[in-house]
Amino acid sequence: MSAVTTDTSAEKVASAKARQARITGGILIGLSLVVLFLLDVAAGEVATFKLSRPRDTWVAPDLVVPGAFNTIAAALLAFLGVRQFLRGGGRWTSLSLGIGIALVVLAFLVWATAGKSFSLTGMLQATMVRAVPIALGGLAGVLSERVAVVNIAIEGMLLAGAFTGALMGSLLGGWGGLVMAVLVGGMFGMILAALVVTFRMDQIIAGVVINLFVLGLTSYVTSQVFAHNRHLNNAEIFRAWKVPILGDIPVIGPMLFNQNLFVYGALILVAVATYYLFHTKGGLRARAVGEHPRAADTLGVDVYFTRYLHVTMAGMVAGFGGAWFTLGSVGRFDENMTGGRGFIGLAAMIFGRWHPVGALMAALIFGFADSLQQKLALLNTPIPSEFLAMAPYIATIIVVAGLIGKARPPAADGKPYVKE
Amino acid sequence: MTDGKDLKHVNEDMRKLLARAAFGRGDFEDLFVVPVFAVVAALVLGALIMLATGVDLPTIGKSFVALAKGSAGSLNAVSETLTAAIPLVLAGLGLGLGFRAGLFNIGAEGQLLLGGTAAVIFTFTFPSLPFPILMLFGLLAGALVGAAYASIAGILKATTGAHEVISTIMLNLISFRLLEYLLRQPYIQREGRSDPVSKSVPEGGQLPRLLDWLDPNLRLHAGVFLMLLAVAFVWWLLFRSKIGFAFRASGANPDAARYAGMRSGLVIVAAMATAGALAGLAGAAQVQGVLGRASPGFSAQMGFDAIALALLGRSHPVGILFAGILFGGLEAGGRQMQVDAGVSIDLIGIIQALIIVFIAAPLLVRAIFPWGFRKMTKGGKS
Repeated sequence: MSAVTTDTSAEKVASAKARQARITGGILIGLSLVVLFLLDVAAGEVATFKLSRPRDTWVAPDLVVPGAFNTIAAALLAFLGVRQFLRGGGRWTSLSLGIGIALVVLAFLVWATAGKSFSLTGMLQATMVRAVPIALGGLAGVLSERVAVVNIAIEGMLLAGAFTGALMGSLLGGWGGLVMAVLVGGMFGMILAALVVTFRMDQIIAGVVINLFVLGLTSYVTSQVFAHNRHLNNAEIFRAWKVPILGDIPVIGPMLFNQNLFVYGALILVAVATYYLFHTKGGLRARAVGEHPRAADTLGVDVYFTRYLHVTMAGMVAGFGGAWFTLGSVGRFDENMTGGRGFIGLAAMIFGRWHPVGALMAALIFGFADSLQQKLALLNTPIPSEFLAMAPYIATIIVVAGLIGKARPPAADGKPYVKE
Repeated sequence: MTDGKDLKHVNEDMRKLLARAAFGRGDFEDLFVVPVFAVVAALVLGALIMLATGVDLPTIGKSFVALAKGSAGSLNAVSETLTAAIPLVLAGLGLGLGFRAGLFNIGAEGQLLLGGTAAVIFTFTFPSLPFPILMLFGLLAGALVGAAYASIAGILKATTGAHEVISTIMLNLISFRLLEYLLRQPYIQREGRSDPVSKSVPEGGQLPRLLDWLDPNLRLHAGVFLMLLAVAFVWWLLFRSKIGFAFRASGANPDAARYAGMRSGLVIVAAMATAGALAGLAGAAQVQGVLGRASPGFSAQMGFDAIALALLGRSHPVGILFAGILFGGLEAGGRQMQVDAGVSIDLIGIIQALIIVFIAAPLLVRAIFPWGFRKMTKGGKS
């Protein structure tokens, strides 16, 4: 959009907003019909959600939801939709859509669990675990895009971290593997910075190339070396460590305080990054480089150094996230085991509006979709598992399509800076 | 201001103009010297990686000999090289066209998978149609499905601004799952098989083998003509047609193109659809010419290799053709290498990635090989 605001363009914006509101209203009404007819629960059937395991210190009672919940959800959805359609909700549009989608997910859970029981706590715990690589990928994206370097290479950095974690973890033990994974991730961050800052390569091409290179190298070593030397690909893993007392709280305990190093690490890194970016001098400088490098340069900030530093840090964060795949779960590296998590992390970053906490929240949503898919396979729903597996990807597309207009990337994002 | 200084300026300007008009040394360096250096540097680094993973020197020598022999050492090798090049060039043409229009389409892999699957389904659904018709319709089905799938990303970008890199990557991941689902459907799955494999392409739907009268093992098929036709078509489309001009204008400067009255949304969707059609065609050519059926991951990363190819060929149809033959040769030679020297074919992936690094960052090649290049003028092109 140009900065010129004439009457016609203002009208255009207003009508576009009204149209968007109407579309949202239509979607909500459609969802209410879906819930009413497709997710219909027979009267009298109840869905039982287990909140704790029998051997827990404090046992919380099971959550029993009657099937009528879905009828109520459909009515609420219809109300939101009609209201949106008639009134053109303005700033309520996103909120209504958010509430609407949450209602559909809940209704879906009730429908899938009707007549059976389902461990909600287990799913929330898995959500947390599965959100880790996505959140760390998103955080890596935030760090590098805040200094205006588009980082498509997160996928490759995660893969490099996973590979190094397995190899070095087998040779040096878990902690050694973790440190090396972080260092190798940082190395690829530095390579990306060198390619785009010093050699002024197109940022997206540089990212794609790093992804291809890491995929090629790790696959080559896996089939050339690991196939004959199993002991090089057999690292010990970091097991869950329960925080005393806090870990015994029902629901929240298993979710937040009975996890492995990577979950705690991700939460701490998000907090540290938020403080650093928005409350310190260094963070302010970094953001200035991302918004207006020329101005930052004029004021004495070394643009090139700042970009090198932050993209390298992003690589280290992604390397840590990559180690989760091997040291945090199975201890063994498989070809292309990251399976697109880095790109989902990138989407989480956009969804989270280039903010570390936002990226974490978005990652939790993706993690939720991912673990939901896994658990629903156990419930024998009539939906083919392939379609459930697609859900996070479709959600990513919807997020990227639906929110990009409202979220604003750093102004200089993707542009190389040539010092005069 | 003295006259002498003025004249010097004019002289400078004239020289610049002339340099731009003639096929100068700069173009020569860009089109030939840089790619050659890139390939050499990538091969040397590939050898170093082999050394680092404990492959001894004689084996490295043997693997390079096998690489050469397997790509161009015999009629069979040439046939394999061209066969491998066909889908790569077709998909690469689509990606190059996208790059020219400023679209970074990573989705060729998914478009190729679904296009190929559509071709298989179409041909086994109408096995009674006679030979050329069924074959052509199969290719058409592949192209149409590829175009439709790519259009999703195009439409999303045009209407909501969703970045095509993320949406095409997601569409790739979705297509993998969709293929797994489709291949388990009773209509598509081969009778009596429990693994996800589709029924076969009937005789009339296959692209005929060209050299089987010499030796039944030669796999080169009629897709090679399709590839050449596509090169000519994309060249015409990009450089001689009105829509091609709109593609290039939008890619070079979207704002200028919009002010000139080009409809950016339409250009994006048209460019994505054309790219998807070519990728779908690549998938159809692969299943109708080589594989004969669809199975999970039958695209074998071709959609990603095609990205490298389009970059290597500088998004020019003829460049992509040569790059495709080079990559086809690496592929065919890599298989020979795996058999003869026992070095994993994944090494080829590393070499390909390195080639693109050196191609896409000419400054880097110049930094590594300072000789062989004209000294850069200040503010010259990077």
